[in-house]
Amino acid sequence: MRWAAVIAIAVLLALPAVLGSYAITVFIFIFFYAFLGQAWNIIGGYAGQLSVGHAAFVGLGAYTSAMLSIHAGLTPWIGMLVGGVVSAALGALIGYLGFRFGLRGFYFVLLTVAFAEIFRIIALNTDWVGGAQGLYITFTGDPRQFQFQDNRVYYYVSLGLMLLATGVVAWIERHRFGAYLVAIREDENACEALGVDTFRYKMLAIVVSAFLTGIGGTFYAFYLFSLQPNSVFGIPLSVEIVIRPIVGGSGTILGPILGSFILSPLAELSRTYFSQGGWTGMHLIVYGALLIGVVLFLPQGAYPALRRLLLRVRG
Amino acid sequence: MDAALIGQGLLSGLLFGGVYSLMAVGLTLIFGVMRVVNFAHGDMMVWGMYLAWMLATRLGVDPYAGFVLCAGGLFVVGFVVQRTLVDRIVDAPHEMQILLMLGVALVLENAALVAFGPDPQRVRSALTASTLWLGPIFVDVGRLVTFGLAVLLTGALYLFLARTPLGRSVRAAADNPYGALVIGTDVRRVYAVAFGIGAACVGAAGALVSPILPFQPAGGLSLSVASFNIVIIGGMGSLLGAFVGGLLVSVAESMGAVFLAPSMKELVSFSLLIAILLFRPAGLFGKGSA
Repeated sequence: MRWAAVIAIAVLLALPAVLGSYAITVFIFIFFYAFLGQAWNIIGGYAGQLSVGHAAFVGLGAYTSAMLSIHAGLTPWIGMLVGGVVSAALGALIGYLGFRFGLRGFYFVLLTVAFAEIFRIIALNTDWVGGAQGLYITFTGDPRQFQFQDNRVYYYVSLGLMLLATGVVAWIERHRFGAYLVAIREDENACEALGVDTFRYKMLAIVVSAFLTGIGGTFYAFYLFSLQPNSVFGIPLSVEIVIRPIVGGSGTILGPILGSFILSPLAELSRTYFSQGGWTGMHLIVYGALLIGVVLFLPQGAYPALRRLLLRVRG
Repeated sequence: MDAALIGQGLLSGLLFGGVYSLMAVGLTLIFGVMRVVNFAHGDMMVWGMYLAWMLATRLGVDPYAGFVLCAGGLFVVGFVVQRTLVDRIVDAPHEMQILLMLGVALVLENAALVAFGPDPQRVRSALTASTLWLGPIFVDVGRLVTFGLAVLLTGALYLFLARTPLGRSVRAAADNPYGALVIGTDVRRVYAVAFGIGAACVGAAGALVSPILPFQPAGGLSLSVASFNIVIIGGMGSLLGAFVGGLLVSVAESMGAVFLAPSMKELVSFSLLIAILLFRPAGLFGKGSA
């Protein structure tokens, strides 16, 4: 397993040498969404608290670092961390309200959706942060401003983010914290009866998850050079974040990565391919069908199924 | 602030509330019977709107008559979705149900996008051209008819559930599926019928609102979320709660539009939702705890 990971990372590090620029773009999307999915995985997969409002953290992180960069000249390398902290604070607030007031299942989903929507509506109506037009970042190509002439740098940055989040998840899984989260997901009442402070661990999980997702916001803003309330705070982005770990296998280390390797190229290619023929929306029909198929036939996701298959082949 | 403006806001809010009520009644019926949250609710409504649009543009049927056909069409959609998909996950964890319905929502929304394109549409009806004046306040006749029909349909649904044998079995299955099964109710059929009726409600709501509100495929999600707000505020599973909640949320949004800004009106309902979630999660008319 360890050797497989080392080889996989070495291959990914070497790949840009042989890839064309479009393929690099596709890989950037794969890594970036795997990163967001991995961050979601901590609270949504391991702790089993289904958040469909993670766009709130992306948006808040993105707006924070972009505003700091535009108005205060702060480099996004630091703004990124500030954005992460601001998002983590929002995560703490949502978590506090949701967990203290005992909102579970659909009620927790709605709480997260409501927060993301409130931020979207506020951003849309606040001229100070650009209103409906959003924010635009002028391209300077200055690495100190998180801008790179060469697409391959974004490739390595997004790869680094994915490995960072995966490392965090791997650490969590190996420690008591991870075991508590899984126990909370499986049977919260039993867990509490055994004396585990479930509130504390759920809070910790949502704060770490929101912090990482907030960092992702900065990458989003400075890779695309623009951010609009509807795209960074919207429910569709939250769905994009949720769907990869679910399809790949939520609550597993490799699930979000596998899910992103399955879905991101599909989304990217069908977006380019179908939009030429006026078939926009086609890739989302495929998404929907996949989501239905996974729930009905692979409720654990693709990774556990793949693992069983590999073990059987090996004998 | 001008009193006439506030009065106007109150009245338009109340009249639009009929549609909100009908949407929410459909959602709460499905939830009350199966404990499944229909995340595709708003997208089913959008299909109701497009059905009304096709009937009007291709066959010249006025939406105020065509809504019956739209309700029928959506009944079939709801029935089939329940039989083929939802039926398999009625007992699955909430998360799985939510994800499945999210998948259905994505398929419905983007099928509409492929079929009709992204541009907003509106259905013309002879009724929407005329207005009545009540002193300084004007009443859009289209909105008035929409409101009247929506209230009528909610009343009809109530009578159906209270008085007819099929309606009674729906209530029985909602109260106690096992008990209903024991006394010989075909619970699976009742589930499919209930899902169909819930979808028919929102299909009718879509058709009725199509002459007064421009619509596009991407609008389904926010309509779903609006329905969720209303049923949570009214109390999940409560028909009365959904009805009153619909009027309440619509009036509150309308007041938000008057006092804040038209684009801020949803802020009011989301804030209301968070307050209800925290302090009275069973909703205004719900029984027991969430």
